[in-house]
Amino acid sequence: MLKFVGRRVLWLIPVMLGAIFIVFAINAIDPGDPVSALLGGSYTQEQYDDKKIELGLDKPFIVRYAGYVKDIVTDGDFGTSYTTKRPVSTELVERFGVTFKVAVISILIAIVLGLPFGIISAVKQYSIADNAVTIISLVFASMPGFWLALMLMLAFALNIKIFPASGIEGWKSWVLPCLASGLSFIATITRMTRSSMLDVVRQDYIRTARAKGLDERTVIVKHGVRNALIPIITTIGFQFGILVSGSVIVETIFSLPGLGTLMMTAINNRDYPVIEGCVIIMAALICVINLLVDLVYGFVDPQIMEQMKGSKKARRARHKTMGAHAL
Amino acid sequence: MSLLEVKDLTIHYLTDDGDVSAVNGISFSMEKGDTLGLVGETGAGKSTTALGIMRLVPNPPGKILRGEILFDEEDLLAKPEAEMRKIRGNKISMIFQDPMTALNPVMRVDEQVAEVVKRHSGLNKSDSLRRALDMLQTVGIPPERGGDYPHQFSGGMKQRVVIAIALACTPQLLIADEPTTALDVTIQAQVLDMMNDLKQEFGTSMILITHDLGIVAETCDKVAIMYAGKIVEYGSLRDIFKQTAHPYTIGLFNSLPPASSDVKRLKPIPGLMPDPTDLPTGCSFHPRCPFCQELCTEKAPEDKIISPGHSIRCHFYQELKEKRPVAEVGK
Repeated sequence: MLKFVGRRVLWLIPVMLGAIFIVFAINAIDPGDPVSALLGGSYTQEQYDDKKIELGLDKPFIVRYAGYVKDIVTDGDFGTSYTTKRPVSTELVERFGVTFKVAVISILIAIVLGLPFGIISAVKQYSIADNAVTIISLVFASMPGFWLALMLMLAFALNIKIFPASGIEGWKSWVLPCLASGLSFIATITRMTRSSMLDVVRQDYIRTARAKGLDERTVIVKHGVRNALIPIITTIGFQFGILVSGSVIVETIFSLPGLGTLMMTAINNRDYPVIEGCVIIMAALICVINLLVDLVYGFVDPQIMEQMKGSKKARRARHKTMGAHAL
Repeated sequence: MSLLEVKDLTIHYLTDDGDVSAVNGISFSMEKGDTLGLVGETGAGKSTTALGIMRLVPNPPGKILRGEILFDEEDLLAKPEAEMRKIRGNKISMIFQDPMTALNPVMRVDEQVAEVVKRHSGLNKSDSLRRALDMLQTVGIPPERGGDYPHQFSGGMKQRVVIAIALACTPQLLIADEPTTALDVTIQAQVLDMMNDLKQEFGTSMILITHDLGIVAETCDKVAIMYAGKIVEYGSLRDIFKQTAHPYTIGLFNSLPPASSDVKRLKPIPGLMPDPTDLPTGCSFHPRCPFCQELCTEKAPEDKIISPGHSIRCHFYQELKEKRPVAEVGK
């Protein structure tokens, strides 16, 4: 198990190096120029060259890349923002919490509502409840996030003034952003739960459970749901990635000081170190989520757990007992 | 007093493509301790009959249209679902065809056995688990493997777990739906022997669903031959094997390769099982019957008792008997 986690963590290294390389490359070939962006409208060639040397942009691409990676590894230094002159790592730490909070709350809303909706929908297939759930989830699934965000703002911040439209002032400010990003995920999780459960309730072991005389609730919850979880967990992990990277939209609309807005401003200002820092944090977060998803698979499905443990000793011991009592 | 008496049981699947007549008014009864073999081709309605007795016919699309299932003199079809749940797994249990898929893949096998014990015995969790381990031991699975998951067992071992679940509450009636079809031949014999032993030990009656006449000969006291949702011949093992009367049963025996002589070709029954959404008029077997007469195409034969305990649905069994000496059939 530890070996599995260790191997997966080691895999993070090439993935992160690759991610950094890609952002670096995009910044390098991107037509904008951070030096002229910083100096504003009028400057002399001399001023321009000095600024370029100050930012270290005179050095070749590979040298800059190597230096950047070295600083991160040795000092945890993500560079300094061109515009605010503050260390990027400080900015990232400040902003990360907001994005993470919105993502986690949205996912929780989606799980708490989506899972039961999907189960009901599958167990009572083609009933009124199923049709209602299906229609509502289709509506939300096909609604673009930014539009939903604007509509929520219009409805609950402007017309009925119960939630603030922007900024952070207490718990109320979190409601609309979390709803805006969570609602479409409720729909996705509902759909996934429904199809996964529909598949499971037709399995033979569900019939076995019924033949034991168990009541329907136990049959569905104890024997059905756990078997249906794998694709649902995959979806949740996937959604988390979308939420973090999609935070740009929701945070911009609701003016939340998160990673998304930080990255947006940085892109406008050609603030390379900040852009790179944001992308690295998001990439790392998505890698960690994927690792967690894989670990959760193991807890849900003993067969996957066994593959993760994969120790030869366990396998040999099992073969022995199987050999002794094999039919 | 019969343990189980099925009267005019009719089960249809109402699908978009039509009304599938799976079971068409079958009646039979069995005494305590009996083993009844329910024999027929794929699609004859054997499994649906079994699910009907358990009241587990998937609904929709399945529907029990009429009939009575008297178990211990009580009509199961009239019972509310909650009452029925107390019977399932407790007084009547079922072994399913495919052990590979019949067990929950994410639950330890001892827990799967303990679950049914706990449900019906009122024991607490740890006592149920102890009973489950005893039961696993009875079916030949060492207790130390109780904590394993189904994927860690072979097919035969899984079927043993399924049998342990079915017998954990010492049911009065065990319905085994092709319990050995999915297993290797060598393992088939072991599992059947074990089921027979346990049946004796617990005094359980059994309905054995199969298409293997060899298994029937080894284990059953009574045999019901099913065709297109009807029991076409019913009798004791001896009646069916030695006094074979129905042309379909004769066809079944003829399609077996005889062990005594060397044959190059098998003699299958010509034709296919009729489409259950569109059964032939008259006797359902008439399109394939070598002795078919005009009457057979028009009128469905009634159930006729030809000797005590031996009944048959055929218009011409009397003539057949004269035409075909019974001894020839027995071979």
